[in-house]
Amino acid sequence: MIFESFGAFMHMGGHGQFVWCAYGIATLVIAYNVIQPILMRRKVIALNKQRIAREGKL
Amino acid sequence: MWGWFHRLGSPKSFYEISGFLLPAMFALAGVLLVTGTVWALGFVPQDYQQGHSVRIMYIHVPAAILAQSGYMMMAAAGAVFLIWRIKLADIALQCAAPIGATLTFLALVTGAIWGKPTWGTLWVWDARLTSTLILFFLYVGVIALRSAMDGRESAGRATAMLAVVGLINLPIIKYSVDWWFTLHQPSSFSLTEKPSMPIEMWLPLLVMVLGFYLFFFSVWAVRIRTEILNREYGTQWVQSL
Repeated sequence: MIFESFGAFMHMGGHGQFVWCAYGIATLVIAYNVIQPILMRRKVIALNKQRIAREGKL
Repeated sequence: MWGWFHRLGSPKSFYEISGFLLPAMFALAGVLLVTGTVWALGFVPQDYQQGHSVRIMYIHVPAAILAQSGYMMMAAAGAVFLIWRIKLADIALQCAAPIGATLTFLALVTGAIWGKPTWGTLWVWDARLTSTLILFFLYVGVIALRSAMDGRESAGRATAMLAVVGLINLPIIKYSVDWWFTLHQPSSFSLTEKPSMPIEMWLPLLVMVLGFYLFFFSVWAVRIRTEILNREYGTQWVQSL
């Protein structure tokens, strides 16, 4: 670690707000790209069950 | 070799092979991204001009690389679909667009945040930034065109066409820093020359770029698998899953 204290790590010589903001947004974008496909997959699997059930009735 | 390609081109084999590879891909992507992030945030020395804001590079550069490389792969899928009518290529194109759009967004936003302390402004209408904004609009255009059109076949062909035509933007992004006078610095890396920064700065960047690539492929595969289930629900093999 090149920072001497946690405070220095957060502050980053005055650039802390920019660095943390960038990494925060990156985390959100990564999380969205993981969670959204999982939700979509669940939706499609549920939809397919409905489709099969509907066809079974016909 | 061709037989293998052919097999991978069938939705069923893709579903099986990707299902086998995905856990390892996600694990490796996670390890690379976490390692790269910790390294970039806590261990990379600060830049003598930019100070600690240089740490933003470890997000910005991989996101920008994947924004362009993802577009290239999406357009390649579009070309394959237009020429050979391979269904899986159409699915791949459709599934790459949202990932590419979010990563282009990330490149633009982190660039703006980095620009504030470095250039003193969030945005300038400079060639590199403007052409990257156009890249974002191309991704959004592909998504919008697909959802606006009825009929899978014609929607697929139209989006593939748009994706392929949009390729013209990629050399513009790449050479914008050479062709025009821009605020954006030229690339510090090329395949043929030594990197213009010390190893303790570019090695974690390489880790992040590899992590972003693997992440892109992983979430791309997940989306493709879902769309396969959606389109092939009438087939025996999907129903027996």
